[in-house]
Amino acid sequence: MSAPPTRTVLAALLRKDLRVELRSFESVPAMALFSVTTFVLFHFGLRQDSLSGDLASGVLWVTLLFASVLGINRLFVADAEQGGFDGFLLSPADRSALLLAKALALLAYLVVLELVAVPAFALLLLKPSIGPALPGLLVVLALADIGVAVIGTLVGALAVRTRARDLLGPLLSLPMLVPVVLGAARATEPLFATHAGALPLRWLAILALYDLVFALIAFALFDFLLED
Amino acid sequence: MAQLPLHTAGPYVAAAYIVFVALILLYVAIMAGKLSRIERELGELTELAQRTRGPGDGQDAL
Amino acid sequence: MYGKRLRGLALSTFAALTLTLALVLFWAPNDAYLGFLQKIFYIHVPLAIVTLCGFIAGGVMAIQHLRTRDPRWDMRSYVAIHISLVFGVGVLITGSIWAKGAWGHWWVWDEPTLVSFLLIMLLYATYQPLRFAIEDPERQARSASVFAIVAGVFVPINFAIVRLSTAYVHPRTLSNISGNLPGRMQVVFYLAVVSVALLWVTLWRYEMTSKHASAQLRALKRLLGGDEDEAPARRSAAPSVTHLGGVR
Repeated sequence: MSAPPTRTVLAALLRKDLRVELRSFESVPAMALFSVTTFVLFHFGLRQDSLSGDLASGVLWVTLLFASVLGINRLFVADAEQGGFDGFLLSPADRSALLLAKALALLAYLVVLELVAVPAFALLLLKPSIGPALPGLLVVLALADIGVAVIGTLVGALAVRTRARDLLGPLLSLPMLVPVVLGAARATEPLFATHAGALPLRWLAILALYDLVFALIAFALFDFLLED
Repeated sequence: MAQLPLHTAGPYVAAAYIVFVALILLYVAIMAGKLSRIERELGELTELAQRTRGPGDGQDAL
Repeated sequence: MYGKRLRGLALSTFAALTLTLALVLFWAPNDAYLGFLQKIFYIHVPLAIVTLCGFIAGGVMAIQHLRTRDPRWDMRSYVAIHISLVFGVGVLITGSIWAKGAWGHWWVWDEPTLVSFLLIMLLYATYQPLRFAIEDPERQARSASVFAIVAGVFVPINFAIVRLSTAYVHPRTLSNISGNLPGRMQVVFYLAVVSVALLWVTLWRYEMTSKHASAQLRALKRLLGGDEDEAPARRSAAPSVTHLGGVR
């Protein structure tokens, strides 16, 4: 039996993940709800009705980070518990397809999360109007999402087959995602300022570089996490 | 910044070096625990060897 | 055989550290701004440098483990990270004391080196829990190696990013750590780095010798037929020694 082309495998895996999510609603609604609740918490915790500048960008990114950790924690659970891993390993498919499929699935979850979280943030907490900031924000969101998806997939695969995966997932992913949050928050800062500034290209480049480095590492190391 | 006089700076410097020494000593203590476990297990093994070889040739035991 | 020439190594570490300490106290000039307080620098910075190099070395050893599938490399990587964690605790505490003495606070956020070091320590603090949570020894070793490599790459990148985030806001007082030191200070500083590195290597070899000794002991026990009264292996974060039995 010859191995099916990676593209077919990738499409099948991705379709499977998205369909499971659409039927069970296990991750995305919880992530979205969590982000809105966190905005409310920040409102009371900081005793601020509206935020701008660095505080606004910090609150947005920390919230998105914590919400995505929820998704990272659930990403591989169904496969580990219900034999999805074993089935995949028995097939002659390319192992990297699983990495890519999971990263794309997580990326899709993050996009849906942000479709809820960013308007909610603009509505609930942001002082300047979000309109002019939006194009720049989309670029930052895209770059940060790729980083979260790559690191989240790697960490999720690392943590899922341990006994304390609910604890290890966040403990491993949070420190590794600090540079992403740092870069994204710094890049968003001028967009949310009362006198909106330009998008700092330096931070975009750093984010892109971080994404690239860890994508390569995940690609090189993912196989070792699947072996049994 | 004005240069800190010795009597204010001294305790800080001493504290830093004490931390260093204390960490090494703590490490020595942990290794001591491991060493005593190895010693105990070696003792058990010596006993075991003596039992299987029969008594009489165990003069080298302390 | 890790114990070979260990005594010589330990003695040279002892000599180097004693000499460093003596030179720090009696020979190196007092700093123009910080005065006597600056002497913390000779223990704090070398410890930090050696810790980070140790983490990276642990990552390199982990690469070797994944390439060769030799459990000894896993053990080496584990011990390297273990020793570096101990050193890292020392870095955080001495750094905190330095901050208190120099700036009056136990922690300063605008010192990027300190902050990125904290981040790295937070990441590596999960290394042992991760190992502990995986029961199958081979999977434990593989996952730990993957972690060690990822974290090893994270070390320099994180440093660069955290430094960039503050470098343009705050001009750094100690920006070029060795470049602008007067001659004597530089000599003592390099000597201190060498001594602490020697200490790291000594402790690494010491720990490896100990692990190797218990592995051989375990193997001997099995050979002599002490199997029946052998207690079931305790679950541990360390690479399982039975697994290494008899290897050199």
